Amino acid sequence: MKSKGGTCLPFFSALHPMDFPTFLIQLLNSVQYGLLLFMLAAGLTLIFGIMGVVNLAHGSFYMLGAYLAYSLSAQLGSLTLALLVGALLSVGFGLALEWLLFRHFYKRDHLDQVLLTFGLIYIFEELRSMIWGDDVHGVAIPALLGESIPLTANLSYPVYRLFMSAVCVALALGLYLLISKTRLGMKIRAGAFNRDMAEALGINIKLIHAIVFAIGVGLAAVAGMIAAPVSSVYPNMGSQVLIMCFVVVVIGGIGSVRGALISALLVGLVDTFGKVLLPSVSGMLVYMLMAAVLLWKPEGLFKQ
Amino acid sequence: MSTPTANLEVFPRSVRLVLWLGLAALAAFPFAGSDFYVQMVTRMMILAIFAMSLDLLQGVSGLVSLGHAAYFGLAGYALAFLMPQNEAASLWLTLPLSVLASGLAALVIGFFVVRTHGIYFIMVTMAFAQMVFFLFFDNKALGGSDGLYINFKPTVNLGGWTLMDLDNKKTLYFFTLAAMLLVYGFLRRLLWSPFGRALAGIRVNEHRMRALGFGTFGYKLTAFSLAGALAGLAGYLWGVQTGYINPELMGFHMSAHAIMMVILGGMGNFAGAIVGAFGFEVVLHLFKDLPQVGSVQLGKHWQLWMGSFIVLVVIFAPRGLLGLADRLGRHKGAADE
Amino acid sequence: MNSTPTTRRLVLTRSAAVIGAASSGLLLPELAKAQSGKLRVGLMLPYTGTFAQLGVAIENGVRLAINEQGGKLGGREIEYFKVDDESEPSKGIENANKLVQRDKVDVLIGTVHSGVQMGIHKVARDSGVLCLIPNAGVHMATRAQCAPNVFRTSFSNSQPTRALGAAMVAKGHKRAVWITWKYAAGDEAFEGFKEGYLAAGGTIIKELGLPFPNVEFQALLTEIAALKPDAVACFFAGGASAKFMIDYAAAGLKDKIPLYGSGFLTEGMLDAAGPAAEGVMTTLHYGDSIETPRNKAFRLEYAKAYKMQPDVYAVQGYDTGLLLVHGANAVKGDLNNKAVLYKAMETVTIDSPRGKWTMSKSHNPIQDIYLRVVQNKENKVIGVAAKALADSGAGCKMG
Repeated sequence: MKSKGGTCLPFFSALHPMDFPTFLIQLLNSVQYGLLLFMLAAGLTLIFGIMGVVNLAHGSFYMLGAYLAYSLSAQLGSLTLALLVGALLSVGFGLALEWLLFRHFYKRDHLDQVLLTFGLIYIFEELRSMIWGDDVHGVAIPALLGESIPLTANLSYPVYRLFMSAVCVALALGLYLLISKTRLGMKIRAGAFNRDMAEALGINIKLIHAIVFAIGVGLAAVAGMIAAPVSSVYPNMGSQVLIMCFVVVVIGGIGSVRGALISALLVGLVDTFGKVLLPSVSGMLVYMLMAAVLLWKPEGLFKQ
Repeated sequence: MSTPTANLEVFPRSVRLVLWLGLAALAAFPFAGSDFYVQMVTRMMILAIFAMSLDLLQGVSGLVSLGHAAYFGLAGYALAFLMPQNEAASLWLTLPLSVLASGLAALVIGFFVVRTHGIYFIMVTMAFAQMVFFLFFDNKALGGSDGLYINFKPTVNLGGWTLMDLDNKKTLYFFTLAAMLLVYGFLRRLLWSPFGRALAGIRVNEHRMRALGFGTFGYKLTAFSLAGALAGLAGYLWGVQTGYINPELMGFHMSAHAIMMVILGGMGNFAGAIVGAFGFEVVLHLFKDLPQVGSVQLGKHWQLWMGSFIVLVVIFAPRGLLGLADRLGRHKGAADE
Repeated sequence: MNSTPTTRRLVLTRSAAVIGAASSGLLLPELAKAQSGKLRVGLMLPYTGTFAQLGVAIENGVRLAINEQGGKLGGREIEYFKVDDESEPSKGIENANKLVQRDKVDVLIGTVHSGVQMGIHKVARDSGVLCLIPNAGVHMATRAQCAPNVFRTSFSNSQPTRALGAAMVAKGHKRAVWITWKYAAGDEAFEGFKEGYLAAGGTIIKELGLPFPNVEFQALLTEIAALKPDAVACFFAGGASAKFMIDYAAAGLKDKIPLYGSGFLTEGMLDAAGPAAEGVMTTLHYGDSIETPRNKAFRLEYAKAYKMQPDVYAVQGYDTGLLLVHGANAVKGDLNNKAVLYKAMETVTIDSPRGKWTMSKSHNPIQDIYLRVVQNKENKVIGVAAKALADSGAGCKMG
């Protein structure tokens, strides 16, 4: 089966003929998916790497964001406004959760954290059901971003997805600048390196941890909010994304935001091209990737 | 990776009493309960075996596996493939083969997985389990997403005599009880054997063990394979009891539930795994069957109650229910001084 | 050891008390269940999770039908028992047994998810209890594993898509790409589509599948664009359907390559999908806008009773209620009179909002499949894609 026009890429033609424009578009798809995964994974790897907390409820924060986008945009009438309000609300929620529960678990065993967050998943799922119900909802894309850019005769690329990627890149840059160029970032890194020493030097570690946790929750919720228009909003949407998120974090190396970025893009590539080139094993490919990476580098690509 | 918590390996008198009473209750139960409850307790005992196998890894060796259910389900699938469509196969054939299948899979996967540590070990065990899950889910030849039926219970014959009729729910109950007690006895012996002590040492400080000359890789791999085989025994019994095997039995949720059961009961002594398995299931059923109060159907919101229960246990009973019993027992003792 | 005789006795007596209480607590439902003469109806549906919407709709339909017919079954009062199946196949048998063995229901109505149905089906076959399937389309229930006590009032997975092919060819779309998830329901839906489409003269260029329940469609949408088919036929259900239609439209494919699907693509999803769903054609055994007095009356009644609009799941639940009432009346409430009960249910003509339908030999509906198009956030019925379509019932060793 050959496609008209364009040359077939030699590498792929053994598996599946693909012309160059299609290849580029698939690359774009991979990057866009990868960037969204990165936003989720960044929050998780921060919480993990800096406070050593395993948080299985991270997917629930993503779901929280999506449902916030749905109800806030309905009430406020605009997605952008909903994004801002929602981001503030989720950061506040993150601070509350940290103060109430998580800060007592930094010194606890990973297993206890697994158990705690597993219990939280149940609680959040039920609360979601009680507050917002179990129906499937859509979130409207703002008219400004509703267009699609034609790429080939048949295929267009939605502007909104470009917007999503732009937000992810902006947040990634913001995170990088925060961590490496600001005083707060310096304190965060010091606290991650040696908590007691940092505390002895007068850094308010409790506050730092609270801020990092809140940022992590906020990132996950914002990811859910901007993804809501394209993924729609439905029960259990967090659990699917959770496993993928952990895979990204582990491949990248726990605690490494740079690692999370590279690994998210890698996972995006494998998932996208896997579906097209190796559909019979596409479900397993990402796990095979993770197993392969860990067997080569048992602590992830960019060990902290 | 896990902090060396005191694992209650020697049972204080209070805990021993509770366990003996529990055993008595289990032995007497089928004569008091109806078919439905006999089946329910049989299932809890099967899950207890599964939990004990995980305890060997998690509580004793300090290896937290998020993919243990893969070996549980594999034995069930082995039974499904070994059982012909039109007649029953023998227990003597199917049981060893199914358990062996799980053990071998654990050996192969363990070979790759055991070289990682800590959270990476957790994730890579999960990855392999997901791969096995998708292998069965995506392939119609292996049953596909709808799973496989097991049309008969295996026969237990010896020289023309039928030793046991596993179709009889009470017989299956006692068979499972015997299996559970055998596994418990075996694992308790193992705990105090040189092999078990080495595993405990690895849990506490692997570097030190290596410095002392122990080949920790071999010990961990053996524990991993043994745990897989025992999980296979539980999976086999599940297949015998329910007659239906589906890919979700190998999935993430099943593995996570096993971890919760082991932590809930108290890790590292196998009795906790049994208590945890029973406790988890009983609490889950209690919450789901809550009555209607006013206009609120309490049972419908079982996820909220279950989640809160888990959170409360983690906060207030960090060494699980047995740890709690021990603490209460010690308080009593001190108060009576 | 610090324990004194007091301690030991204390622990002993307290433990005995706890275990005694626990075991009698487990036995309590047994003791409390004296024969009350009421007919026990067991509902095993998803009350939590992704399919919760559907579970509610089905139960609403069942109750509406029974209440409309007098609120009694064969003259007997009804006692409802409900179990949440959580869409968890591993617990299917356990949950079904709660209703069949613990609550001793006379009829089991369930469920939505095919994997869970496998468990229910085993319990139904082993126990012989009357089992009515209000949704799950898994083939085996009315094919290789059919049973005299199991009746389905919904559809088999290949029925809606079987009718799709002819409609597509009629519109001149002879080269199509098929896309769905790689799981049993997707495979069975494809079976129907392939049969119908090839029979009508169409060609399937490619069969695309993504792993269940992955919803990242972009890669395959790009693939579809590269393949340049006349049309795309699909099967998706649940939240993913809205996402698929949204992604399909956003990729600019909607106006260039017409999208068809099994009706589940657009059932209950039109609000979530918005303008992306406009113009999508589907085939299903029901359509909201069926212009018959029967359907209009039903929709009015349902909306009045439950303050929401009914969908195909509500209709399936409703028909289940009608079937049960019919059967129970034929045996005057004595569901143990199996021969008469089954005969009555096998020979019934259900006057359903979807139109009149009958039972096939393997206990699956023989029904009309409608062609619908989405117009103004509504599934508008524009014709009948297949009349009196029956599932093959291949491998069923009954009658």
